[in-house]
Amino acid sequence: MSGKPVLHYPNTRGRMESVRWLLAAAGVEFEEKFLEKKEDLQKLQSDGFLLFQQVPMVEIDGMKLVQTRAILNYIAGKYNLYGKDVKERALIDMYVEGMADLYELIMMNVVQPADKKEEHLANALDKATNRYFPVFEKILNHGHDFLVGNKLSRADVSLLETILVVEERKPDALAKFPLLQSFKARISNIPNIKKFLQPGSQRKPPLQEKDIPSLMAIFH
Amino acid sequence: MAEKPKLHYTRGRGKMESIRWLLAAAGVEFEEEFIEKKEDLEKLRNDGSLLFQQVPMVEIDGMKMVQTRAILCYIAGKYNLYGKDLKERAWIDMYVEGTTDLMGMIMALPFQAADVKEKNIALITERATTRYFPVYEKALKDHGQDYLVGNKLSWADIHLLEAILMTEELKSDILSAFPLLQAFKGRMSNVPTIKKFLQPGSQRKPPLDEKSIANVRKIFSF
Repeated sequence: MSGKPVLHYPNTRGRMESVRWLLAAAGVEFEEKFLEKKEDLQKLQSDGFLLFQQVPMVEIDGMKLVQTRAILNYIAGKYNLYGKDVKERALIDMYVEGMADLYELIMMNVVQPADKKEEHLANALDKATNRYFPVFEKILNHGHDFLVGNKLSRADVSLLETILVVEERKPDALAKFPLLQSFKARISNIPNIKKFLQPGSQRKPPLQEKDIPSLMAIFH
Repeated sequence: MAEKPKLHYTRGRGKMESIRWLLAAAGVEFEEEFIEKKEDLEKLRNDGSLLFQQVPMVEIDGMKMVQTRAILCYIAGKYNLYGKDLKERAWIDMYVEGTTDLMGMIMALPFQAADVKEKNIALITERATTRYFPVYEKALKDHGQDYLVGNKLSWADIHLLEAILMTEELKSDILSAFPLLQAFKGRMSNVPTIKKFLQPGSQRKPPLDEKSIANVRKIFSF
């Protein structure tokens, strides 16, 4: 038994990707058990491993953690990526929740009905460039390398992840944000993160249309 | 002088209600500034008071906090309702995320078309009785204690009570198969700060009526 965290989820980004990012950034090796068909999910459910019958689920430190935010909070706290006090934590939480909203919008685009997809994406990208990125560009005006407390935190990991996901849909998304551009380069060069960004890592590719049916079959 | 937290939101429950519950349970007095029309929201935006142009926003300890979960985590931490260590916090987080999912489904109902709403009410009832409430019933059964986590009142207990009451508004006998949750509800409702919050005249908000629904749509443009 390795003692490494074990991630239970399909072989896709979905709601588990931010967990993979955070563990990787923390330099924590982890294993993955992929759900490939409905029976895999049902087995986890009937074994009583999923508190609310849902994944993501992460086996870590003798617990079977569920609920993405609970998992992320635990990892961030354990590996000192959650600020040094309640006020830093408050800032980190605000930033991370904002980015989660944006990420969710982008993630949900692929399951929109065909006639709504383009408009939905346009709205998501508009929010990225007019609501969310300006906030983080402004924060980085403090001249430090990291968003909060002059130290790497989950907020920085989350921001990099979000930037890359937006750029996949709009390559010039950072055109008006010079500080975010240098932030992106800087954080991408942190050794653990650099490693995660290389081919062969446990980072997952964007969801393809052709993969949606088999994913839906697991959950419905 | 300790200033009271100030809540910025509409007069409805929405995403602010859990915050009102938590502050009330913690015995913290708070003020509210209500958004009655679109111009009120526009003003907050133009003043730069809303980090992501959205409410809830709570002025507390010199910050203008936004994002419901960030606000709730801060209040829970500040008033010792977040467990004693990382593991207890993990359990509280899991429980709260469960009740958040359940209450989120209920909160969406007023804005749905009649046929969608009817289907969702059935789904909510099913989820409440087969996915969510059994978890909390079992948690209480397994340790036999009064509170969900760490034998001490936490955010998880307050949130569960809120969820129980909200679900009962939908189906009054929803707890019929859950004796420990019934006892929990009775116990929690008698905690002095919570008892006070449950009385008429408190800052607890009622469910939305038709007129308020229309106004909320106008304010938030949906």
